Amino acid sequence: MRRFVGLGLAVAMAASLTACGGGNATDATTAGTEAKADAEDAGGNAGGAEPGDAFRIGMIGPLTGDAAAYGLGVRNAIELAINEVNEAGGMNGFQVEYNPQDDEHDPEKAVNAYNTLKDWDMQILIGAVTSKPCIAVSAESASDNLFQITPSGSAVECISEPNVFRVCFSDPDQGKASAQYISENKLATKIGVIYDSSTEYSTGILESFQAEAQAVGLEVVAEEAFTADNATDFSVQIDNCKEAGAELLFMPFYYTEASTVLKQCADKEYAPIFFGVDGMDGILSVKNFDTSLAEGVMLLTPFSADEAGSQAFVEAYKAAYNDVPNQFAADAYDAVYAVKAAIEQAKITPDMSASDICDAMKVAMTEITIDGLTGSDMTWTEEGEPNKEPKAAKIENGVYVMQ
Amino acid sequence: MSFLSCFISGISLGSIYAIIALGYTMVYGIAKMLNFAHGDIIMVGAFAAYTIVSTLGMPPILGVLAAVAVCTLLGVTVEKVAYKPLRGASSLAVLITAIGVSYLLQNLALLIFSANPKKFQSVVNLPALKLAGGELSISAVTIVTVLTCVVVMVCLTSFINKTKKGQAMLAVSEDRGAATLMGINVNGTIALTFAIGSALAAVAGVLYCSAYDTLNPYIGSMPGIKAFTAAVFGGIGSIPGAFIGGIILGIIEQLAKKYISSQLADAIVFAVLIIVLLVRPTGILGKKIHEKV
Repeated sequence: MRRFVGLGLAVAMAASLTACGGGNATDATTAGTEAKADAEDAGGNAGGAEPGDAFRIGMIGPLTGDAAAYGLGVRNAIELAINEVNEAGGMNGFQVEYNPQDDEHDPEKAVNAYNTLKDWDMQILIGAVTSKPCIAVSAESASDNLFQITPSGSAVECISEPNVFRVCFSDPDQGKASAQYISENKLATKIGVIYDSSTEYSTGILESFQAEAQAVGLEVVAEEAFTADNATDFSVQIDNCKEAGAELLFMPFYYTEASTVLKQCADKEYAPIFFGVDGMDGILSVKNFDTSLAEGVMLLTPFSADEAGSQAFVEAYKAAYNDVPNQFAADAYDAVYAVKAAIEQAKITPDMSASDICDAMKVAMTEITIDGLTGSDMTWTEEGEPNKEPKAAKIENGVYVMQ
Repeated sequence: MSFLSCFISGISLGSIYAIIALGYTMVYGIAKMLNFAHGDIIMVGAFAAYTIVSTLGMPPILGVLAAVAVCTLLGVTVEKVAYKPLRGASSLAVLITAIGVSYLLQNLALLIFSANPKKFQSVVNLPALKLAGGELSISAVTIVTVLTCVVVMVCLTSFINKTKKGQAMLAVSEDRGAATLMGINVNGTIALTFAIGSALAAVAGVLYCSAYDTLNPYIGSMPGIKAFTAAVFGGIGSIPGAFIGGIILGIIEQLAKKYISSQLADAIVFAVLIIVLLVRPTGILGKKIHEKV
């Protein structure tokens, strides 16, 4: 086992990154970095307004380092949304100031960034972008009673504090959302599941999937496990699903293994509907992978830059940052509008203290309904979880097509 | 039918273990050391073939030859640099060194090829063999692997029993000191053993990656350990034992996955190993060792 410890850690790190939404980690550009400098001039210097004249919204996320693609997407999208809001008259009639801070995907740096923002008299925090920093920051914001909404922190613990909400689905909620989506769209009634019993991500999704499948009348006919150490031969698992008559194969694990499963299913001439979650995002980028094997694969993803409903946002984002927004950006854009709706719902004004704002926001968040990029009719529970229609994409001709 | 299909997938998995186990057992039988880096030499072989075939676009046969060449060279070099200076040291020191070499190879591969998953194009581009009206299918890679195993087994056995070099290997394995006194070049013989073992590892790597298309710097670890288990199972040091052990291990693993639990398959495999070793401490085909008092 000795040599697997290192591998395990590496996988865990990769998992915690991707688990935060599994976004397209490819498109961090220098254009975004230049825009950042401008943003800090405009937002960081408070535009000359006195405290109390405008809302002060802070953002924490990885703007440099390995996870920068996620953080930059979030920072840019928030800036875009806030500029739109300010032009249209602000939130509840007040302008919004914005201050993004870098955490380099490091929990300790995230707390430092939080303290910097506190010194700036931040009233509302959108962040952190990735799960571990988000958990660290939420402990601080909870003791200060400062309202926090994370666009993309998907680990369960991210919102365990009462003052924290999120926009994306939690890891296990993806299982529930998948079952709902499959049942509502009548994709299949007999489901086979292959899952990775050695990761919390996969087993968590499986558990919530099973519970929901039972509730909506889906029949799980086969449930087959593999472990990280044994992720090369899936022939028995595939055979069992095939023999049990599964019309849909649910695959709550990462795209690396998924590509192998798809290959072995093709070898066995087994062609059910393949259904993945956010870990499947990335399958088209595996080197040397025959992407025709992924044709028709469906995956749960809240946003695609190609879908019709998001074109206005995608165009504005491209014009401002010369880059295609990823799903993190979409989550962040929705977060701003959720904050706006809650502020207007509770008639919050910038002269209130951060703690008073937080108390009012906590209530208001559960009362609002917004139509966003990542879902229509989004509402929030008291715990801070979003309720929204799950959205799925299907791979057709090598690109995602929203369903 | 589903039993047969599972049985066949067991043979195809087992044939991979068997071909890796042949290299393990050969090195152990003659050099009397556990080369834990064997699994990683497999990985290097697979990467060598990948580079030639997928990156440079050369024909698969050149990929196999390049893998064999690279691995033979690597095996001999590792033996010269890491193991030879420890010839007189305790076997524990050699074992730890082997683990070090294993990490070194993994991390070098990580540095050169990065951790991004890659797909290995099968070097065996033949259609699968269909039986019983297409209900049973045996992939071409499986057939090639089993045939390769048998050929390798026959060649190795006759090489060891019929040639001078082979006899020298047997002598070294039985008594290193006496072999030296008889004028056998012990270091040369052990180097040759490593060369053959590593060449086998290269072939195993190419076949393994052809059967399971994933390629990353860690692919050698688990099959390496399983193949070691197979070698112990069949009787470490015994060449036919490694083959039988590998096939049986593969079949047990797949049947356990199918009929007991896909989660517990590995645990069951190793439990069977423990039972076999309790009943037959030297493995299925292992020689009984008589200690002289």
